[in-house]
Amino acid sequence: MPSINSTIKVDSRDAKLSMAHFYVAFAALAIGGLMGLLQTLVRSGKFELPGGIGYYQVLTVHGVLLGLVLTTFFIMGFQHAAVSRTAGTHSDKARLTGWIGFWVMTLGTVMAAAMVLMNKATVLYTFYAPLQAHWIFYLGLTFVVVGSWIDGIAQIMTYAKWKKNNPGKPGPLLSFMAVINTVLWIICTIGVAAEVLFQLLPWSLGLIDRVDVLVSRTLFWYFGHPLVYFWLLPAYMAWYVVIPKVIGGKIFSDSLARLSFILFLLFSIPVGFHHQLTEPGIDPAWKFIQVILTFLVIIPSLMTAFAMFATFESAGRAKGAKGMFGWVKKLPWNDARFTVPFIGMAAFIPAGAGGIINASNQMDQVVHNTIWITGHFHLTLATSVVLTFFGISYWLIPHLTGRKLTKKMNKLALIQAWVWFIGMAFMSGSMHAEGLLGAPRRSAFSTYMGAKQAAEWIPYQIAQAVGGTILFIGIILILIIFINLAFFAPKGEEEFPVGEQAENAEATPMVLENWKLWIGISIVLILFAYTIPFIDMIQNAPIGSKGFKTW
Amino acid sequence: MAKAQLKNGPKSNPKVQHKEESESLKGTMASVMFLGFFIIVTWLGVYFLFVDRF
Amino acid sequence: MHMHKLEKIWLIFGLAALIVFLSTIGVSAFYLGNKPPSCLTTVDPEKVDQTAPFNKPGLHKVEGKDWDYELVFVAQAFAYTPTQVTVPLGAKVKVIATTKDVVHGLEVAGTNINMMLEPGYVSEYTTTFDKEGEYLIVCNEYCGTGHHLMSSKIEVKK
Ligand code: HEM
Ligand SMILES: [Cu+2]
Ligand SMILES: [Cu+2]
Repeated sequence: MPSINSTIKVDSRDAKLSMAHFYVAFAALAIGGLMGLLQTLVRSGKFELPGGIGYYQVLTVHGVLLGLVLTTFFIMGFQHAAVSRTAGTHSDKARLTGWIGFWVMTLGTVMAAAMVLMNKATVLYTFYAPLQAHWIFYLGLTFVVVGSWIDGIAQIMTYAKWKKNNPGKPGPLLSFMAVINTVLWIICTIGVAAEVLFQLLPWSLGLIDRVDVLVSRTLFWYFGHPLVYFWLLPAYMAWYVVIPKVIGGKIFSDSLARLSFILFLLFSIPVGFHHQLTEPGIDPAWKFIQVILTFLVIIPSLMTAFAMFATFESAGRAKGAKGMFGWVKKLPWNDARFTVPFIGMAAFIPAGAGGIINASNQMDQVVHNTIWITGHFHLTLATSVVLTFFGISYWLIPHLTGRKLTKKMNKLALIQAWVWFIGMAFMSGSMHAEGLLGAPRRSAFSTYMGAKQAAEWIPYQIAQAVGGTILFIGIILILIIFINLAFFAPKGEEEFPVGEQAENAEATPMVLENWKLWIGISIVLILFAYTIPFIDMIQNAPIGSKGFKTW
Repeated sequence: MAKAQLKNGPKSNPKVQHKEESESLKGTMASVMFLGFFIIVTWLGVYFLFVDRF
Repeated sequence: MHMHKLEKIWLIFGLAALIVFLSTIGVSAFYLGNKPPSCLTTVDPEKVDQTAPFNKPGLHKVEGKDWDYELVFVAQAFAYTPTQVTVPLGAKVKVIATTKDVVHGLEVAGTNINMMLEPGYVSEYTTTFDKEGEYLIVCNEYCGTGHHLMSSKIEVKK
C-alpha cells in the first residue's frame, strides 16, 4: 500500500483546475504585497503616495486581494488537488462544476476589483455599512462567494463518490478535512450572503432606502470569525497529514485529527460577538456567552499543538534520537517542504496567545481596533497560514505541472521563509507594541495635531516600514519560485506527500463521519448563540441608515 | 479486522504500552508546557494592563 | 478513542487555564462592573443635535447619580464635538457618545475607554479618571478619507 500511495498522481485534468486557482492566488499576492509595502511606507511618515492615490484605496486593495482573493483561491485550488489525490479523480461532472466555480469567482473578483480601482468602493475589505460602495462591488463579492460554493460542491461530489464506493469506511483523512472546511465555509458564508443580498445590494441599487447597521455587522461577523478558520484549516491539513510524511514519520492520530476538525466545525461559528465586544446594542451577557464558546475553539488548537510536537518527537525517536530534545536535530531542516511550514507553526504560538487576549471580553478594550490587531493577524494569516501555503506550493505546484523542485529553488525557498520571518518579526512585533500604546489600525500617517502620544508611535511605524520592506523582498522571492515551479523547473516527478497512521493505531470510529450529527449540533449551537440577541436587535432597532460616501 | 483490534488491541497490554509511550513524548510535553506558560504570561500581562488603566 | 496520557494531562492543564481566564474576566465583568461598553439605548441619527444629552456636548456635573460627571461626545466625519475637554482628576465620569453618520470609534489612547459608535445607538462607558495627563482621543474605525485626522483631547488635571 504505502509504496503505491507515494506514486499516486493528481489527474492532469484536475491539476489544470487547481493551477487555474493558483495563478489567480499568486497574482493577488503580487499586487497585494506591493500595496502592503506602500502602506508601511506611508505610515512611516517619510513617503507620500504619488498621483493623488488615497491610502484607503490602497488598503482596500490589500485587504480584498490578500484577505479574500488569495486565500479563497489558494484554498479551493489546494482542496481540489487534495480531494482528487486522496478520494480519486473528479468525475467529468465534478470537474466541470469546479471550473464553473472558478470562473464565477474570477468574474466576481474582476467586478469587485474594477470598482475598487475606480475609487467607487473604498470601503475596506469589511465594507461596513453605512459606507456605501457601488452595487457592482457587492455583486462581485457575491459572485466570489457563490463561486466558492460551487467549487466546494465539486469537492463534496467526489468525496461522496468515494464514500459510495467504500461503504462503511471512514473517508480518506485529507479529503475528510477538506470537506469539513467546505461545510464550515458554506454554513458561515450564508451570513455574509444574507447581508449582501438582503441589505447592501438592494440598498446600493436604491431599491431600499435604509439598512440596519447593527444587523449587517452581526451578519458580517457571523461569517468573519469562521472565515479565519477557513483560512487556518487548510494549513492544519498540511500540518496533520503532509508534514508527517515529509519528515519520514507517521500521523500521530487519525481519530484525534478528525475530532479536532469537527470541534472547529462546531465552535468556530457561534462566536462572532467576540469581534463586537465594544459595540452598543448587544447584551453583555450574550457577548460573554459567545466569549465562552470562543474559548472552546481553543481546545482543538491545543490538541493540534500536541499532535505536531508528538509527530516530530516520534519521528525523531524512530530515527534514534535520545534525550529530551534530541529529536529536534533529526528534523529535515534543509527541506523547504518542512521548514517553511514549521516557521508558520512557530508563529502560531504568539499568534494564538494574542488571539486569546483579543477574545477575553473586556480585555478587548485594551486592543480593539488598535494596530495590535493588525499585528495579530499578520502572524496568524500572513505568517502561519501563508507560509504553510508557500510550503504546500513547493511540492504541489511541481506535482501538478509535472516538474521538480530543484536544490536551488529549495534553497531559495528556505531563504524566502527566513526573510519573511525576520520582516514579520519587525512589522508584527512593532504593531503589537504600538497597539498597546493605543495607536489605531486602518489609519494613514497622522501626527494628530502634534499630540504627544501620537509622536511616541512614530518610531514603531518606522520599524514597520523596515519590516514591510524586508517582507516585500520575501514577496519577490516567492514569486520567483512560483514562476519557476509553474513554467521553468525541469520536468520530473514531485511527490504529493500523504502521511499514514502508525501500524498499531486504532481504527477510526465511524461516529466521526456522522455528518448529520455534527452539522446538526453546529446548527443548534448557532441558533443558541444568535437567536435571542438577533431578535433583540430587530425588536429594538433604531431607524436604519442611509448610505454615505465619505471617501 | 478493525473491530477485533478495537476490542483486543488496547486491552491486551495497556500498562506496558502506555508507559513506553509517555517516556517517548516527554519532549512534546515540555514543548507544549512552554507554550502553555507563554500563553499565561502574555495573557496576564495584558490583564494587568487592563486593571492598571482607567 | 485512545488518547495519550500526556496529551490528557496537557488538555486538562489547558482547560484549567482557560477556565481560570474565563472566571477572572467573568467575575471582573459581572461582579466588579467591568463589562465592555454595551449600551442598549437608541437614538435617531438624523436628530442627534436635537436629542438630549447630545444637544449639549461636553462635560457636565450631575447630582444624585452613581457618577459625578457626564462627558458627552458627538462624532461625525471627521470630527468630535467637543474638540477638547478638561476633566478633574479623580472624577467618576460616564462617557456618552454617538455618531451622526457612519460608524466611528472613540478610543482614549492609553486607557480602557474604547468603544464603537454606530448610527442609531448610544455608546456609554463609566470610569474614574485617576491618572493625570493629556490623553489623545482617536477614531479607530475607518470612516472615510479624513479618518486619521479625526481626534479630540482630554486633559485630566487637579
Ligand atoms: C509585504 C507583505 C505585507 C505587508 C508589508 C503588509 C502590511 C500591512 C499593513 C501595514 C496593514 C495595515 C494598514 C492599516 O491598518 O492602516 C495591513 C493590513 C492587512 N493585511 Fe497586510 N501586509 C503584508 C502581507 C499580507 C498578507 C500576505 C496578507 C494575507 C494573506 C495580509 C493581509 C492583510 C489584511 C487582511 C489587512 C487588513 C486590511 C484592513 O484593515 O482593511 N497582508 N497589511
Ligand atoms: Cu474571531
Ligand atoms: Cu474614523
